Amino acid sequence: MTHDTAHHESNTAKIWKVFILLSVVTIVEVILGIIKPAFLVETTLISMKLLNWIFIILTIYKAYYITWSFMHMEGETKGLRRSVVWTAVFLICYLIFILLTEGDYIYEVFKAGHKSWDF
Amino acid sequence: METAVTKTGTEDQTWGGGNEPLKVSYGKMMMWFFIVSDALTFSGFLAAYGFSRFKFIDSWPIADEVFNHFPFLHGVDAPMYYVALMTFILIFSSVTMVLAVDAGHHMKQKKVIFYMFLTIIGGAIFVGSQAWEWKNFIKGEYGAVETKGGQILQFVDTEGHRVKLEDIAIIDTHNDRTQHERKNGIWYEKEATLPTYTIEEIKTGFAKRKDVLIRTQLLTEKGEKTILSREESIKRLNSDAIGIVEGANLVHNEYGTPLFANFFFFITGFHGFHVFSGVIINIIIFINVILGTYERRKNYEMVEKVGLYWHFVDLVWVFVFTFFYLV
Repeated sequence: MTHDTAHHESNTAKIWKVFILLSVVTIVEVILGIIKPAFLVETTLISMKLLNWIFIILTIYKAYYITWSFMHMEGETKGLRRSVVWTAVFLICYLIFILLTEGDYIYEVFKAGHKSWDF
Repeated sequence: METAVTKTGTEDQTWGGGNEPLKVSYGKMMMWFFIVSDALTFSGFLAAYGFSRFKFIDSWPIADEVFNHFPFLHGVDAPMYYVALMTFILIFSSVTMVLAVDAGHHMKQKKVIFYMFLTIIGGAIFVGSQAWEWKNFIKGEYGAVETKGGQILQFVDTEGHRVKLEDIAIIDTHNDRTQHERKNGIWYEKEATLPTYTIEEIKTGFAKRKDVLIRTQLLTEKGEKTILSREESIKRLNSDAIGIVEGANLVHNEYGTPLFANFFFFITGFHGFHVFSGVIINIIIFINVILGTYERRKNYEMVEKVGLYWHFVDLVWVFVFTFFYLV
């Protein structure tokens, strides 16, 4: 395990670059969250506001940089990378898909039912 | 590290145990195992949150109105600024952690100590901020009225600004209702803490305040809460309202559905617990670095391993931040 001390050149410059990138993305998210541009809120894509899609995409973008740069995933072998990322991504997508579909269904049942829940 | 590994003496053969196809040490591999399973736990929480949110898609509380406090700025509406600051602190502590790992690769003990110290401070500030957020959330700000069906009715003036219960209630001085405590009862039971006002005091106060309207949980097309007309407000309050809610706990929540509070407590609590344990683990490794354990071991891989955990905690926060505060 001493093999990796020798060929590690300093990554300091790159680390700061990633930090600035993550900060900028966060600032953009917060600004968008505060002003909430009307056209992003009114436009929907696959039954979700465009603004929310932007938030989610930016979050995944940040997650990519944290994992690849800070957790040093880019330096790991392809095998390790795939066993971690593919497993997590597949299971999480599946879970989100079934739960959100079910949640939406229950919403429809509540809405279309003869009983009012607002009393 | 070498001392902790049992050698078989057959490492040179293909299946002799010397082959490391993933080219990582045992400890680091196990840290990745843990991170994947923990990531799935968090996704379970967040997906359940998404489920409940989709179920109440037209009545979910608006996060901007709930989390709008900033330290030393009393009464100033500051949506999200504080959470954004917390996010920065956590990302920054992630940066100092990766700098510590980087310094460890070069065997620079002094630098590792410095950066790990900053990381611990950042983590501690984050946990403290989280506690402050919880305090504000639990205490509540305006108070609300709960209906028979468990719906939350809030008060606003004609311009849509929120109105506090204390500005509406007309205190009934003849009311001598006292808290039922264990010591007073014929049996050893006590009742839940009484709210500051009774529902009757709110109803009489509301009847006098012609400029106050009721806001329901339902969201309009524009994503704002529905405000009832004065007539509807009076009718709604007199026919449905049964109790007062101040602040939030696991059963009642002045901001809207109790599920919102439940998920807030569970998800940020679980994450906060991770940050807390991360700080503890960092402190342990920090002490080891100061003692020179890794200098003698001739590698700083332990710093790298706790670093992985620390970055993971940051990674989770990025998602919690998005789904709780932004979306």
